[in-house]
Amino acid sequence: MSETASQQHPIGLYLKIWLLLFVFSAFSYAVDYYQVQGALRWTLILIFMFPKAGLIISISMHVRWERLSLKYVLFLPLTAIAVLIILMAIEGDYTYLTRLLFFDR
Amino acid sequence: MISETDKSATYTEPGVAGLVSDWAADRQTFDMPWGKIMMWIFLLSDTFIFSVFLVSYMNVRISATDPWPNASEVFALQIFGEYVPLLLIAIMTFILITSSGTMAMAVNYAYRGDIKKTVWLIVATALFGASFVGMQAFEWSKLIEEGVRPWGNPWGASQFGSAFFMITGFHGLHVTGGVIYLLWTARRVSSGYYEGKDLAIVEIAGLYWHFVDLVWVFIFAFFYLW
Repeated sequence: MSETASQQHPIGLYLKIWLLLFVFSAFSYAVDYYQVQGALRWTLILIFMFPKAGLIISISMHVRWERLSLKYVLFLPLTAIAVLIILMAIEGDYTYLTRLLFFDR
Repeated sequence: MISETDKSATYTEPGVAGLVSDWAADRQTFDMPWGKIMMWIFLLSDTFIFSVFLVSYMNVRISATDPWPNASEVFALQIFGEYVPLLLIAIMTFILITSSGTMAMAVNYAYRGDIKKTVWLIVATALFGASFVGMQAFEWSKLIEEGVRPWGNPWGASQFGSAFFMITGFHGLHVTGGVIYLLWTARRVSSGYYEGKDLAIVEIAGLYWHFVDLVWVFIFAFFYLW
């Protein structure tokens, strides 16, 4: 099968990915250690989170070398999660505002 | 049913044309062992479970009127009389990443046919995983001692406890299950159970383990750092 052939990558590749994940994690931790706050904190957390997730999915889990058939199966359903996040964020805001209106009475 | 011998298809056509022929041609859609596609389907469903946990955490955190406990302080450890924020969590993160690295190498050696290195790298991965669970148990007992409960805690919004126990507990169960799964895989590989077959089974176990690491990336960012 073609996968078996495509599994041959030098060990060095994994060590590089490992190092990168370490560096990104260290940066994430530094965000908390130096108590960066507010919008900058959230931006930095996301900036350091997404490359980590991307590296694990594409290199460690080999999705990069998989066929498009599998990629679509894995990623199309995630749009449902994106919709759920948006809906629940709106709902959470609504609940919060409602509580502000009625909890203090 | 598609017979094992039906390998007339080549699965080499790239891009969208390949996607169409994979799905439309008279052959199995996914060019991989059945165990691997089953693991992917399982991981996709697991993605939804963890997403729902994290989304519900987001929802209760947005809607909480009490202040949310500051994770940086809650998870601080006292080292030499000084409070270091999130120290244990950072160590756990590095351990899990390292275990992911050893797992990737195990998969690589499995495909090279180096059984001995494969087994030892899987065992190393399992040991890292076990130490992760140990630290989590320590963290849980520390928080429970300080009065964190699913229905309340000394610092603020009571939803903090339920989100914490559900999310990290479910992830911890995954790691625990993964350690058992890995040790079982290592035992089978070393006993020669797969002799003469390809070691795709190691890759499949690896997918699960990397996924557990992937979930931690999101938990670390959204629960501990946010």
